[in-house]
Amino acid sequence: MIAAASESGGRLSVRGLHVSYRIAFGGRHTRLPAVHDVAFDLAQGETLGIVGESGSGKSSIARALLRLIPADSGSALFQGTDLLALSGAALQAMRRHLQLIFQDPLAALDPRMSIGEIVAEPLRVFAPQLDAAARRERVLQMLQAVGLGAQHLQRYPHEFSGGQAQRIGIARALIIQPQLVVCDEPLSALDVSIKSQISNLLKDLQRRLRLSLLFISHDLAAVRFSCDRVMVLYLGRIMETASCDALFSAAHHPYTRALLQAAPIPDPVAARARRKLPLEGEIPSPLAAPSGCVFRTRCPLAIERCARELPKLRTVGDSLVACHRAEEVVG
Amino acid sequence: MQGAALLTIRGLSVSYPSARGCIDAVRELDLQVGAGEFLGIVGESGSGKTQLLLSVLGLTGARAQVRGSIRLHDQELLGLPTGALNRVRGDRISMVFQDPMTALNPYLRIGRQISEVLCVHRKLSERAARERAVRMLEAVHIPDPERRLRQYPHELSGGMRQRVMIAIALITEPEIVLADEPSTALDVTVQAQILSLFQELRARTGTAIVLVTHDLGVIAEAVDRVAVMYAGRIVEQAPVLELFAHPRHPYTEALQQSIPRIDAPRPQQLPSIGGAPPDPARLPAGCAFAPRCLYRLPVCETLSPALLEAGADHFKACHYQGALGRLRGAAT
Repeated sequence: MIAAASESGGRLSVRGLHVSYRIAFGGRHTRLPAVHDVAFDLAQGETLGIVGESGSGKSSIARALLRLIPADSGSALFQGTDLLALSGAALQAMRRHLQLIFQDPLAALDPRMSIGEIVAEPLRVFAPQLDAAARRERVLQMLQAVGLGAQHLQRYPHEFSGGQAQRIGIARALIIQPQLVVCDEPLSALDVSIKSQISNLLKDLQRRLRLSLLFISHDLAAVRFSCDRVMVLYLGRIMETASCDALFSAAHHPYTRALLQAAPIPDPVAARARRKLPLEGEIPSPLAAPSGCVFRTRCPLAIERCARELPKLRTVGDSLVACHRAEEVVG
Repeated sequence: MQGAALLTIRGLSVSYPSARGCIDAVRELDLQVGAGEFLGIVGESGSGKTQLLLSVLGLTGARAQVRGSIRLHDQELLGLPTGALNRVRGDRISMVFQDPMTALNPYLRIGRQISEVLCVHRKLSERAARERAVRMLEAVHIPDPERRLRQYPHELSGGMRQRVMIAIALITEPEIVLADEPSTALDVTVQAQILSLFQELRARTGTAIVLVTHDLGVIAEAVDRVAVMYAGRIVEQAPVLELFAHPRHPYTEALQQSIPRIDAPRPQQLPSIGGAPPDPARLPAGCAFAPRCLYRLPVCETLSPALLEAGADHFKACHYQGALGRLRGAAT
């Protein structure tokens, strides 16, 4: 079977991460800030959920850590190496430990490659010493671990359903035994009855291989099932981080509370009984982020201080929360 | 269903010829929608839920073979000439699409797209239509409506665009609004806004709403009655509280239990059925859900079950008559 990643390392420590994009706006080039001063730790074998609405910076964080886009500043220590400072051969060597599982599983597979070739490709790149027989053996083991088999080796992506394609994507990501895996909305494109299969599979593999996972999702219920800890983002800033148990029993940021109240509950009695204070308006443009707390323009608790003073992350209850009035937030 | 039948669908089949054989998108489907009712249709991709909506409006396309009957009150809509159909759609029946960016015309200002409906169906002057458009934008809670009317779709956020779509759908005060995954492309806080907007408008105008979604959470929040679709058929239909409290079809049970919840401690594993929905070009004989069903009987593989009454206003299409509950047991 597939061996667990080594016990040493596997720990990620991100500090002061800033990411922005160069865009054309009003006829000139400017920078669109996407991630602002984000810091977090990820332990070996831990799953951290990153939640937030579109434009909150979830994917930008992941892409910067995987070095798919450049970060403006910050550090990301992984096994004693700063991922953001690597270049050339050292970066290439590091990539085998960092893998990505994509949202749209069919779009993420090369339609001209067979499943056997797709899953073997990371081995060709990162383990060229393996001969064809050994490689085939590893591919078969990996396919079996995700619920596929030898009968699928010669088939092509278009022959697979979304759920099976996501299993292939997972097999490709895990075959070189990475230590840090980013799942970017891995369930969003899947049908309801398939989501639960893939959720269970990811969780099972994560436990068996002691993977460190960054689980990016807008679906709070999927995060509660899959993650140990959660980080809530709004307009590129951390609003709140806490263990899943703490966050879902007592959220301390008004935005977290609003997300929880807006998330659909598949139970009409519970859904209709709960208190609803639907959040007004929509996420502002990052080019015109509000002063002070970026959430204040939609916050039911906002006071004059929120416009003046950027709230720092501080401990309230069992959460780290960036809100001047966190003590007053209930539920 | 409560109230008099507004829309009555009988024996509706929608199929498409393809290189792989005939694709049966909707199969022998019966459904009624009452006046002022909020009906939810839930199903996975390929279950035929969108094809069902499109067939009501005659939008299935030239290649589709549509059979059966779709009546609005006493008027048969299937086979209606385009001119007569155009007097119904957009006026008495309207539609809200999933993706407002592709449903709105990028070249036209918002105001034109809303008032066009009134100019066509109500023969209102530009100016009168514009005044109604302003009031309609206020009704869907778009701030500063005068300014929005002069803007183009790309200048609006996704949530705003969907509000505009809803304004267009409701401005003629239709008897039925068909909504195809209207909140799916939106963020969760905006989705909640759109769902409460539908409820508010329904309460104010008394229009019936048929909401199609893959999300049982959306169903639980919003609708009065639910039809569950699988492989082109309705497999279960009941008032929303009854359906969630006492699901009677194994597929409904699977949908309901396989969804993780934010308001309950997480289980070790999610109860889950194996397999995937069938290829609509290669449907199995008998019950289409049988290959994935925990309660399969020999008869299921040969005979397709009819949708029959299984309780007060509760219908299911399933041969198995015993109690459900095996899925929960299988997971733990």
